Amino acid sequence: MSFGLTGVTVRFGSTVALDDVTFTCPVGVVSAVVGGDGAGKTTLLGCLTGMIQPTSGQVDRPDKRLLGAMPSTSGTWHDLTVDENIDFVAKAYGMHGAELSRKRDQLLAKTGLERARSRLAGQLSGGMRQKLGFLLAILHDPTLLILDEPTTGVDPVSRVELWRLISEAAAAGAAVAMATTYLDEAERASTVLVLDAGHTLASGTSDEVLRSLPGAISVAERPHDPRRAWRRGRLYHEWRPDGTASGEQTDAADLEDVVIAEMLQRREQRGATPA
Amino acid sequence: MWAMVRKEFQELRRDRRTMAMLIALPLLLLVVFGYAANFKVSSIATDVYGPQAQQVADRLQDPFHPRTVDPSGTRQDAETAVRDNKVDVAIVTQPSAAPVALVDGSSLFAAQSAVSAFNRLGGQVKVDVLYNPELKTSWVMVPALAGLILTFIGVIVTSLGLVRERQEGTLEQLAVMPFRPSDVIAGKIAPYFLFAAFDMVLVTVLGIVLFGVPFNGAVWIFALGAILFLLVLLGLGGLISSVSQNAGQAIQLSLFVMLPSIMFSGMIFPLTAMPWTVRWIGYVLPLTYFINIAQGVMLRAAPFTALWLSFLVLAVYAVVVFTGAVLRLRQDLAPNVKAESPPERASKTAAPA
Repeated sequence: MSFGLTGVTVRFGSTVALDDVTFTCPVGVVSAVVGGDGAGKTTLLGCLTGMIQPTSGQVDRPDKRLLGAMPSTSGTWHDLTVDENIDFVAKAYGMHGAELSRKRDQLLAKTGLERARSRLAGQLSGGMRQKLGFLLAILHDPTLLILDEPTTGVDPVSRVELWRLISEAAAAGAAVAMATTYLDEAERASTVLVLDAGHTLASGTSDEVLRSLPGAISVAERPHDPRRAWRRGRLYHEWRPDGTASGEQTDAADLEDVVIAEMLQRREQRGATPA
Repeated sequence: MWAMVRKEFQELRRDRRTMAMLIALPLLLLVVFGYAANFKVSSIATDVYGPQAQQVADRLQDPFHPRTVDPSGTRQDAETAVRDNKVDVAIVTQPSAAPVALVDGSSLFAAQSAVSAFNRLGGQVKVDVLYNPELKTSWVMVPALAGLILTFIGVIVTSLGLVRERQEGTLEQLAVMPFRPSDVIAGKIAPYFLFAAFDMVLVTVLGIVLFGVPFNGAVWIFALGAILFLLVLLGLGGLISSVSQNAGQAIQLSLFVMLPSIMFSGMIFPLTAMPWTVRWIGYVLPLTYFINIAQGVMLRAAPFTALWLSFLVLAVYAVVVFTGAVLRLRQDLAPNVKAESPPERASKTAAPA
């Protein structure tokens, strides 16, 4: 079983937020959508939650009771304690009694929030608040879990912990749809959809996306064509559409290289000057 | 420094609400203090009843202006006209005694002007001040203050409560949870309704205990008026929150409701002393009608039939404003989902071709 979008186009007036986008979220795995600001990630997730009606195309999603969502702002009530946040969401999903107690204890232990139960959500650190938001989203064992940039602004340790929780949710049987700006995170997902200004640049497994690279990536201290190069550490990575490396060191491209190269290619095709 | 000044102007130019305040506030204050800030009532509608009604009416001078002249009318007719707020003064003529002027003490400034004018006549007219014999300001202000406090809670606090959900991103979260939009809206508004109702009872009871303000009329009429007024205010709060992205914007817009309510509702400056160029603002404000009901019930024991117009206006306001607010909030909570569509176990949403 899977959920997702098929051939979805979303227009806001004259702006095309999504252009014929297909995104599949199979049960039991994490499907990531990546892209820069304004790429259409949140619009895509909005279609999945039902908050945005596509102009055309089809959306497959479960009933609201089987859907869990976490917005980029964590979706926690800042003036409620951790326990009160959990109680409120649990009641909304009709959970109570022993079932709720068991689930609450289990998730608080998993997220490391046991000792913060009586703290206000607004007084938690960014990472803890994101974990609480995640806990609220999975409290009712959703079939489709939608996460909008769950690790943005979170410290590296909390990022690792959140990613572990996300993987566990998928392993437990949820279809996880996750938007992220971190390409190293996206590489861990089973499938990746790369968006740029509402258009699909690449999609498939990480390997498939890596193989879709048009040309090659070279690494050098000085780039041949600065318009097709970007700095990573001390060196420049450069997209070579013709696949030639001219005797320079050719590095095995990662997802970040491929996404940047795909974006450069699209902008060149549209007649824009490469960055 | 010039860079800072330039940046500030650029930001101000784009902050339309602050710009509106910068322009509207001086204009509002100018209009208020130029036209509305007048305690002297120069024209008082007056009924004259009794056998010599016509002769007395013919001799009436400013500020009294005859409305009804009825030689067959009685003191009972005069009392009814004053109680029902048809006139501020009703004169009853008697065959062998000086005429008696019944003055509505709940219209404080009109009553003060009337008493002062009658006193100048040197005892030719016997003055009988009804409903507020000592012309105490607190008796008139307490019912009005109850309305103002409700306006404060209803508009500012409600709009802030709803905007907080938007600001923290939890409105979006509520929208994807298995709540019906009507549940969310009712659940959000009910606590403010209860708080406002509690505050109103508190203010009214304290007004009675501390200032000796009478409560002469029927509690149910007062309660019905308060409920309608509250619905209008909660609706206004909802509408303000639906067009505000943060607390600052909500407070700015709430001030646009609060300031005219204080100035033009008749709470401080009498409406009858204002020229029509600004008086109409008072008749657009819901607080004006609530004050009419509150003072009518508490001081004059006015029956429902005497207050029906204020009830009708508040009811129409309540329906229009509250429905508008619910529709706007529903848009936030279920922008594309039909309100009454039953939940399905799994849905396939296909857009129209």
